[in-house]
Amino acid sequence: MPLRDLVTFSIQELSVLDQTGTVDPTLEPQIGRKGLLKLYRAMCLARQADDRRLKLQRQGRIGTFPPTTGQEAAVCGPVFAMSPEDWYAIAFRDLGGQLLRGQSLVQDLLYYGGYEEGNVDVSSYLRNLPTAIPIASQCLHAVGIGYAIKYRKIHHKAVVCCFGDGATSEGAFHEALNFAGVWQLPIVFVCQNNQWAISTPLAKQTRSETIAQKAIAYGIHGIRADGNDVLAMVQVTRNALDRAYAGQGPTLVEALTYRLRMHSTADDPTKYRSEDEVHEWEKRDPIARYRTYLQNKGVLTDEIEQRLVDDIQLEIDSAVKQFESIRDFKADAPFDHIYGQRYPEIEAQREEFLKNLAMEKADAKVDHG
Amino acid sequence: MPKLTMVEAINLALHQEMAKDDRLIVLGEDVGIDGGVFRVTDNLLAKFGADRVVDTPLAEAGIIGMAVGMALVGLRPIAEMQFCGFSYYIIPQLEEHASRFRSRTHGQRTCPLVIRIPYGGGVRALEHHSESREAMFALIPGVKVAIPSGPRTARALLLGAIRDPDPVIFMEPKVSYRAFREEVPENEELIELGTAQLVSEGSDLTIISWGSMLPRSRKAVEAVQKRRGCSVDLIDLLSIKPMDTEMITRSIKKTGRCLIVQESQLSFSVGSELIARIHDHAFYFLEAPIRRISGYDVVTPYFGREQLYIPSQSRIERGLEELLDQPL
Repeated sequence: MPLRDLVTFSIQELSVLDQTGTVDPTLEPQIGRKGLLKLYRAMCLARQADDRRLKLQRQGRIGTFPPTTGQEAAVCGPVFAMSPEDWYAIAFRDLGGQLLRGQSLVQDLLYYGGYEEGNVDVSSYLRNLPTAIPIASQCLHAVGIGYAIKYRKIHHKAVVCCFGDGATSEGAFHEALNFAGVWQLPIVFVCQNNQWAISTPLAKQTRSETIAQKAIAYGIHGIRADGNDVLAMVQVTRNALDRAYAGQGPTLVEALTYRLRMHSTADDPTKYRSEDEVHEWEKRDPIARYRTYLQNKGVLTDEIEQRLVDDIQLEIDSAVKQFESIRDFKADAPFDHIYGQRYPEIEAQREEFLKNLAMEKADAKVDHG
Repeated sequence: MPKLTMVEAINLALHQEMAKDDRLIVLGEDVGIDGGVFRVTDNLLAKFGADRVVDTPLAEAGIIGMAVGMALVGLRPIAEMQFCGFSYYIIPQLEEHASRFRSRTHGQRTCPLVIRIPYGGGVRALEHHSESREAMFALIPGVKVAIPSGPRTARALLLGAIRDPDPVIFMEPKVSYRAFREEVPENEELIELGTAQLVSEGSDLTIISWGSMLPRSRKAVEAVQKRRGCSVDLIDLLSIKPMDTEMITRSIKKTGRCLIVQESQLSFSVGSELIARIHDHAFYFLEAPIRRISGYDVVTPYFGREQLYIPSQSRIERGLEELLDQPL
């Protein structure tokens, strides 16, 4: 028996908009003028909100958060391609996507301001899962939702599940891809490969040349896109969703992008990566090249741009104001939501908690005269 | 009433509930054509089809993570772990998600799911097949833990777990799977989580036990009663968490003496929690220190030695008599 090639495979990469904002017209996705601007606004809003969140964090007005700057195309593109009927399962660097899915900036500030209230889905379609911090854990939830969609024989509905490059080392990622492959579930797994998991570079995360090729091992479709090219991200997600809707199973999309800021406000990236590398990626900024494209296309004029900038500023200001005006958080809410029924053992602890709280408040009053 | 084994009783509960509610999905390793390694899910595949009786790839964390996703969108997954010793992979999904979705979203999203886990020793199984780790699961806020003691409670308690709005760890004492039969009524019988049962009533002493230790506690009580004519409150705890503190307190206030019988390790155990609660609610009624007949704080030994370590009927009897004889 000779030694022969049993299986061969290749991985494709899609790029529509190059670094200078020049579009390949043969690959350009069909998006109307309104849609193009909606996408642009979401990306700009995420970027501006990131700046404001950083200030708020430094001032102690919100807690630690993971900035999204640099990844706006990889985050917003897939969501733009989704239908409201689809489910959205995220990790934690997905601000632009959450906003596009109908969540509000106030929710985000509540979440990073330390309140569970930020997790309540306020969109009209109620198909967004809240932020999932444990790495890759949400990939399995996507499998369960995908299974439910298939079980209920619902057509034209799928799950888009986002995570980072670090997640591809976790067991949950591999189990999810394997399960999704076995049952051909309608799921689009989007890996935002920003090349750094806190201080660990991709080369120390995996020996694979691409993350997309990990799909091959599970018998599912895998493709890479320029993750800083929002048009490519829209197009690959559209294709993957079409496959999912048609019952052709899951897809792993690798979005090659870069995190321009720290992992979270608790680390200093200059400690683990060079400034040259960051400057190289600043040149590939997803918003700058999309802006050039929109200008060249005549969709974005100076006047529209100015109006948009003002509008975004207003939205952020008003969100911060609203967030800081909410101060009537119910202290004993955690006791309300531990179980579906009330139990004496929990209620007794609530009573003690409230009694202690009242006594501490009384003490504080005495202390301050 | 038909006399069923625990395996048959659980199987009956699954058949009846699945017939009523198409949100119920049984999933796990070999639960389909094989009927599960203990045959608890026998014939479910033939009756309900492969979409509802799902043979999964071999990944415990994957099964529970998937079940979380299913529960979030309105299905009612009932997952099977083959053995307690293989269920530790599920702890992350339990701790990080199943237990938290309700509080994380202030009740907007919930995770009603059941995880069935055969537990405990006494069947001469290999390593990792004989632990009793209910306390480990009970530690997680938001999770409930239930353990039936016989065929009848297994059927009724599983119904309680399936209809519960929260994630429930349902631990099945596998030594009792086929050890004895009980009459199980054809008509529905349900035990809600949080309720214990008084198996026998008395005034001299309270025994609290559950799962695999309940049948032998009952035998120990009968033997001691025959010898010396005492009367004992025997409480079948059934629901480890939430716990029926009220029934326990009422009983201790009456008897003043308490023996806890558990298969698990001694320290940081359900027994430890019981003592703390009795101390909180009935300390001044105690006539003697609370005694525990328990497993030891050692790694569960291989089956060659296991019978030396699992509390035996005679050990329970001795504990019972010593506690009865302890002067006030």
